[in-house]
Amino acid sequence: MTHLLEAKFKITYPEFSLDVDLNLPAKGVTVVFGPSGSGKSTLLRCLSGLERAPSGFLKLADQVWQDEGIFIPIHQRKIGSVFQESRLFPHLNIQGNLLYGYQRTPLVERNLHLDEVVQVLGLGSLLKRYPEKLSGGERQRVAIGRALLTSPNLLLMDEPLASLDMQRKAEIVPFIKKIEYEFETPIIYVTHSMNEVLQLVDTMVILNSGKVVNWGPVEEVFSDVQLRDAVGDGQLGAVLETTVSEHDDEFGLTRLDFMGQTLSVPKQNIPMGKKLRVHIHSKDVSLATAAPVGTTSVLNILKAKVGKIGAVDPNGYSVDIELDAGRPILATITRKSLSNLNLQIGQPIFAHIKAIKMVHEMDT
Amino acid sequence: MDIPSIDSGPIWLSLQLAGVTVGLLLVFATPVAWWLAHTRSRFRVVVEAVVALPLVLPPTVLGFYLLILLGPNGWVGGPVQALTGSVLSFSFTGLVFASMLYSLPFVVQPLHSAFESVGKIPMETAQSLGASRLDAFFTVISPLARRGYLTAIVLGFAHTLGEFGVVLMVGGNIPGKTKVISIEIYDRVEVMEYAQAHILSAGLLLFSFFVLVMVYTVNRRLPVQVT
Repeated sequence: MTHLLEAKFKITYPEFSLDVDLNLPAKGVTVVFGPSGSGKSTLLRCLSGLERAPSGFLKLADQVWQDEGIFIPIHQRKIGSVFQESRLFPHLNIQGNLLYGYQRTPLVERNLHLDEVVQVLGLGSLLKRYPEKLSGGERQRVAIGRALLTSPNLLLMDEPLASLDMQRKAEIVPFIKKIEYEFETPIIYVTHSMNEVLQLVDTMVILNSGKVVNWGPVEEVFSDVQLRDAVGDGQLGAVLETTVSEHDDEFGLTRLDFMGQTLSVPKQNIPMGKKLRVHIHSKDVSLATAAPVGTTSVLNILKAKVGKIGAVDPNGYSVDIELDAGRPILATITRKSLSNLNLQIGQPIFAHIKAIKMVHEMDT
Repeated sequence: MDIPSIDSGPIWLSLQLAGVTVGLLLVFATPVAWWLAHTRSRFRVVVEAVVALPLVLPPTVLGFYLLILLGPNGWVGGPVQALTGSVLSFSFTGLVFASMLYSLPFVVQPLHSAFESVGKIPMETAQSLGASRLDAFFTVISPLARRGYLTAIVLGFAHTLGEFGVVLMVGGNIPGKTKVISIEIYDRVEVMEYAQAHILSAGLLLFSFFVLVMVYTVNRRLPVQVT
């Protein structure tokens, strides 16, 4: 059964203010995404109780944690927190660190125990060691385990992979997926890495300048033409969920089914029928008003309709177009092309997709 | 050469005084140091200055005011006498009170900087794991601040052991009651008993030296741990 997380905060600093009103499913991974300084960490601090917003309301399922005159202190909230730095206690060994919160959780509330967490996070060989002897990735796994062992109703993760190199990141992401899958602990995950978003996200919240710009399922949120500011040039584009439909060994391709159309990507080692999430950068999509006559080297051409025409970018020469191909797709074209093509809303269009940047395996 | 006879009374009294003073100071100085390390109040500078006063005041000034304060007509001594019937000035209790004030900066300052270097994060982390503030203090903060505690204990103890002016003013020089080593040394020198003065002085010198060596050794072995 899915509970709701209702969070409403208003907090003003001299340089910055946060004003959010969110109603989120407390299930799966909710990614809070946005440029630095957008208020992501402040939002998490308000959720955990480290920061008290002068005006705020916070409720998870039937527990009210903050309201007019109510403020449940941090240590009484059933929230686990993981930060960019592991924040392990240097004077305790790994087992001591893991058990610190566990021992402070009332017996009847303990749903998770040392053995299972140690096993899922692969911490068995580290228990007697001290934090200073561990690698960054190992420390972060311990920090995640320590937070989980308080049997939280909600796990907050503030850029937990930001200080790790690519290899360590790749080592931890599967563990985060596993937590969500095995322990059913809802996670709120702050990041500004598109890579992590694609691998983890179920629900997306996009923050900019202390305000929620958009939120909802990732496919809908990411193809919003209003998002250029919040998401950043390089990362703007549609996220699509596809199904692996065919492997073409002769040409080394894998075909993906997407809303009745087909996309080809370099061969993936994933069984047919599995789901795959792909990210198509808006800059890699070009438009044609007619079906290609003759031949083209572009492999992926989707039939779509012109949806919305977004605002002109700050440099004044390009514009974002939202296309409807069953699901929204974003294209960034020049203003000159927009004028040449004379696009009208609802007009059929062919989207030439020059590259499909990221392909990640999803849980089914 | 005959061995001069040493009265062990003042030695024991000094050790007792230093022990009790440091013990009480730790209880009192910890919250003060914690507050100083974390407050943003504008009274912080005032409190810091008051804590540091004994460092710059001549012991006689401190002793003089304490004598008045602790005397039968003083703000502190009066009520205490009315309640318990005993006089604070020229008593061991009065000495403890005076020593606590005199050694306050030597205990508060190491704790203050230790708490500052531990920072806010361990407290927040412990709280987010379900520990109350007090629980977090004893299980996380104080172990992390142990260098500060060690320095505070040793400096507070050694400084109390060596004080002279305040003790003389407030305690007088009552054998078995308020006569501590430093005063005993003064007495011996006054009556030209240099041998006894030598033994006591050298003892205090060696003791202080070894204590400091110990502190620096232990501090080297307990490096500040960073996560």
